[in-house]
Amino acid sequence: MKGVAITGMGIISAIGNSVEENYISLIENKIGISRIQNISTVHADVIKVGEIKKTNEDLVAELKLNEDNNFSRTAMIGTLAAKQAVENADITDINEFRTGLISATSVGGMDMTERHYYDYFEKPELVKYITCHDGGDVAEKIAEELGLKGMVTTISTACSSAANSIMLGARLIKTGKLDRVIVGGADALAKFTINGFKTLMILSDDYNKPFDNARKGLNLGEAAAFLVLESDEIVAKQNKKVLARVSGYGNANDAYHQTASSENGDGAYLAMKKAFEVSGIKPSEIDYINVHGTATPNNDLSEGRALLRIYEDEKVPDFSSTKPFTGHTLAAAAAIEAVYSVLAIQNNVVYPNLNSDIPMEEFDLKPQTSLKNKTIEHVLSNSFGFGGNCSTLIFSKS
Amino acid sequence: MKKTYINGVGCISTQKTFDTVFLEEAVVNHDENVLAIVPPAYKEYISPAASRRMAKGVKNGIVSSALAMKDANVENVDAIITGTGLGCIEDSEKFLKSILDNNEEFLTPTSFIQSTHNTVGAQIALLQQCKGYNFTYVNGAVSFESALIDAKMQIEEEEANSILVGGVDENGEYTTALFKLNGRIKKDNSGPYEVLTSTTSGAVYGEGASFFVLENERKDNTYAELLDVSIVNTLDENEVETAIVSFLKSNNLEISDIDALVLGFDGNANFENYYKNLAENSFAQTPVLYYKHLSGEYDTASAFAFWMASNILKTQEIPEIVKVNAVEKPNYKTILLYNQLNGKNHSFTLLSK
Repeated sequence: MKGVAITGMGIISAIGNSVEENYISLIENKIGISRIQNISTVHADVIKVGEIKKTNEDLVAELKLNEDNNFSRTAMIGTLAAKQAVENADITDINEFRTGLISATSVGGMDMTERHYYDYFEKPELVKYITCHDGGDVAEKIAEELGLKGMVTTISTACSSAANSIMLGARLIKTGKLDRVIVGGADALAKFTINGFKTLMILSDDYNKPFDNARKGLNLGEAAAFLVLESDEIVAKQNKKVLARVSGYGNANDAYHQTASSENGDGAYLAMKKAFEVSGIKPSEIDYINVHGTATPNNDLSEGRALLRIYEDEKVPDFSSTKPFTGHTLAAAAAIEAVYSVLAIQNNVVYPNLNSDIPMEEFDLKPQTSLKNKTIEHVLSNSFGFGGNCSTLIFSKS
Repeated sequence: MKKTYINGVGCISTQKTFDTVFLEEAVVNHDENVLAIVPPAYKEYISPAASRRMAKGVKNGIVSSALAMKDANVENVDAIITGTGLGCIEDSEKFLKSILDNNEEFLTPTSFIQSTHNTVGAQIALLQQCKGYNFTYVNGAVSFESALIDAKMQIEEEEANSILVGGVDENGEYTTALFKLNGRIKKDNSGPYEVLTSTTSGAVYGEGASFFVLENERKDNTYAELLDVSIVNTLDENEVETAIVSFLKSNNLEISDIDALVLGFDGNANFENYYKNLAENSFAQTPVLYYKHLSGEYDTASAFAFWMASNILKTQEIPEIVKVNAVEKPNYKTILLYNQLNGKNHSFTLLSK
């Protein structure tokens, strides 16, 4: 199958404030993992994070927001990325066609809620931030900034959220329900998630090492990315440049545990299997797999086993996790990795899986650890979240 | 293209909506500005050990989905799609408070684990060992309708034959206090609280969980056919009627074909014109119904309306307690639901017998 056209991308992450900056960081091994600066937390000296090195004041200025705005950090980075994507797709009149926005977030405006929680009753000037907590607030803000009036919704399935927003967007285009849709996700760092993952004891105090035998856990990150998907009619009518296509997608549930993945990666296996069915391409046709690869002992083992089940007797293609660059950006992860997948197709590269030295003892699976140039036609990208939520996307050269 | 039928319903709400025929036991509460659910016997559905760890939203989601599946006489479904405005707000509050109160120390993961927005859908999947498609929508007042759109598309495209779809929200104590502070909930002690004649802003708040089994075939126990669902982020007051007319037109219908209109009146005087204009003008000759005086306002309250409309189409009776006007029809074939919140997140849902 041909797949749904991607005509624009926008991104802000710890490794860059634009698509170009992110790409350069990926091919020049410039990682974005560091000590935390923008949030005051007691864990500052023990955790490393993928932080966007802009303060909220910087972001307000960049977006030219009024002083009385009530944007959360998540909404600001989301708006920046969505605006880039719309500009990149050369869209001048946002409501010209049936245009939708599907966003994704895990904790939305939690950064404001946790900052002001006990002050709301004392400081009337802060009351405006109460509505930021709503999961849909980020999408509302982005829609308003873009002037988009039509279908707007938000998906929250933890760390697979943005994969699901891309999946829904592709389905809405395929079924002709929309002509154009902006899909992606945003999540800012918050004490809430830092402490949540800390109590689960899956945060590494070191740089994360996906698919390494000595991996200790993940580094959290923050990011936002959006992609513009358009129908073939609009692409033809406006003679649009197609960056790549969403050719396959699948979502399945592991139905095993609220936060842990099953030993054999049932959910992951089923998600990949569905994505192959939708795309009509064979596993052997995949040139690069951008794995979920969070570097937690549980994820990499489960995902690795699922990959081996999909590939059976065949060789697993070159794969890498880009989370050593960006950290795990939760609900935004699949969106930034979608941008990286498209860039891999455009530039014919496999990104290195950094920090991985010792192969895992449970199986014979080694990630690609250095930058590799080769022809890339199809990329598979995995994203898995709490609640057993497993999603796979396949991107193909147009 | 396959059609979508509502074949089972389950509703936990601020009224007794389980173990009842329809709304015969409903009562309007004029005295409180926050309404709590009428709890079912959880132990019939969830083990006491599991129940203790679960917040009420998760429990209500599990019970209402079990009721819907029993009602539809199905053992399993192909997909689970959930809508929730504020998600598991009780556990979010609990975890956030312990972070702030203990300066990020001595924390346990339970409430963090359960604070995730997709906990309800995930727990249902876990209980039923449903490994299929599992999405959760969180977009204010269109959270449930987003789930409906997705489900309908799954059935049309034959990606799934049977789907559990629902809307669930729970009240959290601190968040309720914040909503009183920012005016989303009406002021304390300012009752009696009326919905249709209110002159103040804000709403009486509620909570609930409604789940439905949607399938691709009509059965003996079918309630209704889900004809269409549409969501629109932004509409001015004077754009609503045009939006409805074009929505109906795309389904080959006109205003006169609508046998009942269910409106989301919530007593917020600032935005009641969105509904009032329709009820008093273009739909003046149509039976007009309301429900938030029974369910309270919350992001997925429209799932309660969906439950109500399904029941009306099945029983062909409209309970007195939900009537806005005195218009009646000999029979009820097509029902339109319209909801919005603060002039945003508009939804149009069309059901037919």
